[in-house]
Amino acid sequence: MLYREAGDFKTTYSEDSQTFPIFFDRMGYYVTLLLAFGLVPLFINDYWANAVFVPFLIYAIAAIGLNILVGFAGQVSLGTGGFMAVGAYSVYKLMTSFPDVPVLIHVLIAGAITAFVGVLFGLPSLRIKGFYLAVATLAAQFFLVWLFNKVPWFYNYSASGQITVPQSKMLGFYVTGAQTSASAKYLFCLVVLVFVAVVARNLTRGTMGRKWMAIRDMDIAAEIIGVNPLNAKLTAFAVSSFFIGIAGALFFAVYLGAAEVTEAFSIQKSFLILFMVIIGGLGSIFGSFAGAAFLVLLPVFLKNVLVGQLGWPTDLAAHLELMIVGALIVGFLIAEPHGMAQLWRLAKEKLRLWPFPH
Amino acid sequence: MPVSHAEEGYVTADGRQIGGTLMELRNITLRFGGVVAIKDISFDIHDGEIRAIIGPNGAGKSSMLNVISGFYIPTEGDVYFKKVKRGPMKPYEVARLGIARTFQNIALFDGMSVLDNIMTGRLTMIKSGLLSQAIWYGAAAREEYQHREKVERIIDFLEIQNIRKTPVGRLPYGLKKRVELARALAAEPKLLLLDEPMAGMNVEEKEDMSRFILDLNDEFGTTICLIEHDMGVVMDLSDRVVVMDYGRKIGDGTPDEVRNNQDVIDAYLGVAHD
Ligand SMILES: Nc1ncnc2c1ncn2[C@@H]1O[C@H](COP(=O)(O)OP(=O)(O)O)[C@@H](O)[C@H]1O
Ligand SMILES: [Mg+2]
Repeated sequence: MLYREAGDFKTTYSEDSQTFPIFFDRMGYYVTLLLAFGLVPLFINDYWANAVFVPFLIYAIAAIGLNILVGFAGQVSLGTGGFMAVGAYSVYKLMTSFPDVPVLIHVLIAGAITAFVGVLFGLPSLRIKGFYLAVATLAAQFFLVWLFNKVPWFYNYSASGQITVPQSKMLGFYVTGAQTSASAKYLFCLVVLVFVAVVARNLTRGTMGRKWMAIRDMDIAAEIIGVNPLNAKLTAFAVSSFFIGIAGALFFAVYLGAAEVTEAFSIQKSFLILFMVIIGGLGSIFGSFAGAAFLVLLPVFLKNVLVGQLGWPTDLAAHLELMIVGALIVGFLIAEPHGMAQLWRLAKEKLRLWPFPH
Repeated sequence: MPVSHAEEGYVTADGRQIGGTLMELRNITLRFGGVVAIKDISFDIHDGEIRAIIGPNGAGKSSMLNVISGFYIPTEGDVYFKKVKRGPMKPYEVARLGIARTFQNIALFDGMSVLDNIMTGRLTMIKSGLLSQAIWYGAAAREEYQHREKVERIIDFLEIQNIRKTPVGRLPYGLKKRVELARALAAEPKLLLLDEPMAGMNVEEKEDMSRFILDLNDEFGTTICLIEHDMGVVMDLSDRVVVMDYGRKIGDGTPDEVRNNQDVIDAYLGVAHD
C-alpha cells in the first residue's frame, strides 16, 4: 500500500499545520499543478474550454468565496448572483474607463468593490441570523440585478442594455475579447483560481478561520473568548464577496464576453453556487473544487451520454439533471453536511489503515 | 482563624501570600423582569486566591459569574477591576482585560478540533492583520507557531495530547470540560472564572480537575473564582467562600468560618435543596 500516514511524524509546528500534511497528498497536489499548468493548455480546445474548464475554474472561485461565508463563518447568503454582477459590472466600467491598465488589475479591483458592497449587505447579519439573513441577502440579489438593469450608466448607455467586453491583452496574448484563444482563457482563470485558493486556505487555517468558525459554532462563546462579532462577520462578508466579485468579473470578461444581468446573474446563479458548496462540502476549500467540478460536469456528462449516445430528448436529460441535483442536496444535507470532501476524507482514512484496520 | 481583608492582602492557612484586591463587586443587584437573581451583593476577589461561590440551585451563582465576565450588566451596583471602575462593556472587551471563563453548560466549538478550540483562546493576542494572514509566510506563520507552542504546553499540562486533532463534538463530557478549561487557560487570564467545573464528573475526574486547579493557581499564580456544589471539593480547594441563597449573600469567609456560620447551616439544612 502506497498511501499512508503511519510513520509520518511531524517534528515542527510548521510541518504540522501545512496544507497537505501527508506526503502522498502533497505529491498529488504538485502533480495536479503540473498537469494543470503544463499539460492541459497544450491540448485544450474551444469546446473543452467553454464547456468544462473555464466554467469550472470560475465557479470554483465563486464556490470558495461562498464557502467562506456559509461554510466557515456560518452566515447564509442567497445573494451570490448579485455579488457576481457587481464584479462583472465593475470590471466592465473599469475596462472601458481605463483601457490601458492590465485586466488582471481590473479584476482584482472589481473584487475589492464587491467586497465593499458585500460588507454593506452584510451589516444586517449583526442583528439577524439564519432564515432572516437569507431573506435579507435575497433582497440584495434582487436589488442589485434591478440596479444594473435600471441605471444605464452601468452598461454605458448601450442600446441593448448588454455589456460587452473590450479586447485586452496580457503578456502579449489576448485574454478578453473574440480573439482570445482557449488556452489563454484557461490559463488566465487558472492563475486567479490558484491565487484565490491559496489565500482562502491561508486565512482559514489560521487566526481568521478560527474566528469565523467560532462565530459559526457558538457566537456567544466566541464573544466571551474575545472575538468581536462585528469584525468577524464583516471580514467574512468582505473576503467572501471579494472572491465572488472576482468570479463575476471573470465570468463576464473571460467566459461570456457579453452579458445581460437578468440572464447571467439571476437568483439561479445564487442557488447553483450554494448547491456546489453544499454538495462539495461546507467548510472545506477542497470541497469547493469538488462541488464546482461536479455541477459543471454533470450536465455535460448527461448531455453527452443520454442525449448523444442514447438519443434521449434534451429536455428529459435536463429534468433528470434537476432531479439528481435535488436528491443529492437533500441527501447530503441530511446524511453528510460536510459533503463530498468528507466522503473523500473518510475513504482516505480507510485507505490509510488498509489492509490492517486496527 | 480570622482573615484580614485588607487591601494589601493576607496569608492563607497553608502559608501562601495572597495579593491585594483584584476584583471588587459593590452592591450588585441584577433583575430579569420581576425575578431578582442577585440582591445587593458585595464581595471581592484578591490577587492569587481561589475564591468559591456556593449555594443551592437558582441562588444566583451563575448570574454572579456572568456579571463578573461582563455577560450580564448589573441593574444596580459597580464592578471594579484592578481598582478601576468598569463601565458597561461588551464580553469580548472584558476578555481583553484578562478575564477568561468556562460555562456551566459547556460552550465549545463543536465543529473544530481540540487544538483549534484551544488556539481560539489566544485570539486576543494575535497582532498580524488580514493581509499578513492571507500571505501566511513570514509574520503570520511565526506568530501562529509561537502561540502553538504555548498551547502545546497547556495541552501537556492538562494531559490531553492524544486528542489534539479530534473534533470536539466527538469527545465525552469529562474531556470536553477539560478542553474548555484549556481554552480559557490559553488566554493566560489574570482572573479565571469556572462555572461548576466538576459537575457531572466521577470521583477520579474530580480529583484530576482539582489537581489542575491547584496546580495552575500555584504555578501560574492565576486568580480563580469557581462555583461548585461538592462541599468537600470546595473546602479543599478554596481560600475564601461566598455563600449565596435566593440571590442574597448569607456568608463570606474561610471554609472553616463558612462551615460554622449559622445562616449557612440553616440554608443548607433547613430547605430541601439538592
Ligand atoms: N437570562 C435570564 N433570564 C431570566 N432569568 C434568569 C436568567 N438567568 C438567570 N435567571 C434567573 O436567575 C435566578 C438565578 O439563576 P442562576 O444564576 O443560574 O442560579 P445558579 O447558578 O445559582 O443555579 C434563577 O431564578 C434564574 O431563573
Ligand atoms: Mg448555575
